[in-house]
Amino acid sequence: MTQVSAPRAGPRIQVPMAMLAELTHRCPLACPYCSNPVDLVRRSGELSTQEWVDVFQQAADLGVLHLHLSGGEPAARHDLEELVAASTGAELYSNLITSGVGLTEARLEKLAANGLDHVQLSLQGVDHETADLYGGYKGGFDRKIAVAGWTVKLGLPLTINAVMHRHNLSTLDLMIDLAVNLGARRLEVATVQFHGWAEKNKAALMPTREQVQKAGEMVHAARQRLTGVLVIDYVPADYYATYPKACMGGWASTSLNIAPDGQVLPCHAAPTIPWLTFDNVRQRPLKEIWTHSEAFNAFRGDEWMQEPCRSCARKAVDFGGCRCQAMALAGDAAATDPACSKSPLHADLLAAAEAASSTRDADLTYRRMPALKQPARTHNA
Amino acid sequence: MTTEIPETARPRLLKGVRTRFDKARDTWLLLAPERTLELDAVAAAILAEVDGVRSFGEVIDTLAAKYDAPRERISADVRTFLSSLVERRMLEIDVP
Ligand code: SF4
Ligand code: SF4
Repeated sequence: MTQVSAPRAGPRIQVPMAMLAELTHRCPLACPYCSNPVDLVRRSGELSTQEWVDVFQQAADLGVLHLHLSGGEPAARHDLEELVAASTGAELYSNLITSGVGLTEARLEKLAANGLDHVQLSLQGVDHETADLYGGYKGGFDRKIAVAGWTVKLGLPLTINAVMHRHNLSTLDLMIDLAVNLGARRLEVATVQFHGWAEKNKAALMPTREQVQKAGEMVHAARQRLTGVLVIDYVPADYYATYPKACMGGWASTSLNIAPDGQVLPCHAAPTIPWLTFDNVRQRPLKEIWTHSEAFNAFRGDEWMQEPCRSCARKAVDFGGCRCQAMALAGDAAATDPACSKSPLHADLLAAAEAASSTRDADLTYRRMPALKQPARTHNA
Repeated sequence: MTTEIPETARPRLLKGVRTRFDKARDTWLLLAPERTLELDAVAAAILAEVDGVRSFGEVIDTLAAKYDAPRERISADVRTFLSSLVERRMLEIDVP
């Protein structure tokens, strides 16, 4: 990896559209595919209310339009209502990304009154059994259904966010029906990405090629049937695809993530690239970080690319794929994403995916905070 | 696909869908769940009249007067644009 070019010769710096604020890593659920880092930030390290309020204003000044309030479970923050009000004050479009656990009807009413724009609710399955198994939280499903009802009653737009994997991908049709019945305006179907905790559960979660193909057909048919009823956004599995996904519309071009402790990341998985260094909003203004942070400039534009990406016509379309996947699978974050059929590692990846997808009875590793040294102190919300 | 919109129907942006002028990009935008639409002059002018109170017919009349353009053309533009927002679940048309 070569040195980042001087700002003058460097790639054009765009105005970011969206910011994901990981308000906390605390979460009552324990999804085995959680995208949080395996190294979770504790409550004591989280930014304070005032620090978040300040970051929201800085983001708005930078040109950010959409603010995604995420986690962990954002409702684990008792100041969530205040944070939503601050987002509204900064004229940001606020999106609450929640598991639903920790929300009550009264809290949701307060959030709506404070200007919350959109609720995105995760569903781990279409019934108690699967949802509670994959959420690792008993009773979670009922709570989610209740939250969906309150959201729709308040008139707020509801998105159902469904993470699909080998054990639930064939129920995608049921998930689509459920979203319609709940009154959702939008459904986001994401095939599990093997970063974070999911990496540990590849054998248990990897879908089969046939499942992925069928899922694509189901989405296509549902989109036609449900035009004007439900908008469906679909992130297919890239393991069996010809070309990789376009990473975030280009590294450091449209969005940024703030970790619970104030670290500013180009993407949630960026810390898996060991040589990147990240700035923190506690030390540096957001605008300066967006413009000058080493982590943001590392893969801005296409100067950093190697072959086959460098001379590929698709480099402006998919930006060489996912940097974190290149890191994980090729051992080089600047390599061509092995999900691309032009990558020399593609055949191996495909074989590994197919092997993993035919593993039987693999155990799940649920996400959890690491055990504390002194057993007397707990950090529960 | 264009939705039938009777002249008496009242179009309104759904909650969670709103216009906003963006200084950083010097343009009008429509913000919706996970979507940002850049509004051109025509689209912005149409949405400026859509308030959930006035009927589709009234919106067309207002625009035709304001921009001194033939009613049929305005009507076609408005219908096409509003239908595209209905398909995207951003707008609803209340038929009385
Ligand atoms: S070679 Fe690189 S730029 Fe070309 S399609 Fe593959 S990942 Fe994309
Ligand atoms: S680098 Fe990979 S994990 Fe990070 S945003 Fe891009 S696609 Fe996602």
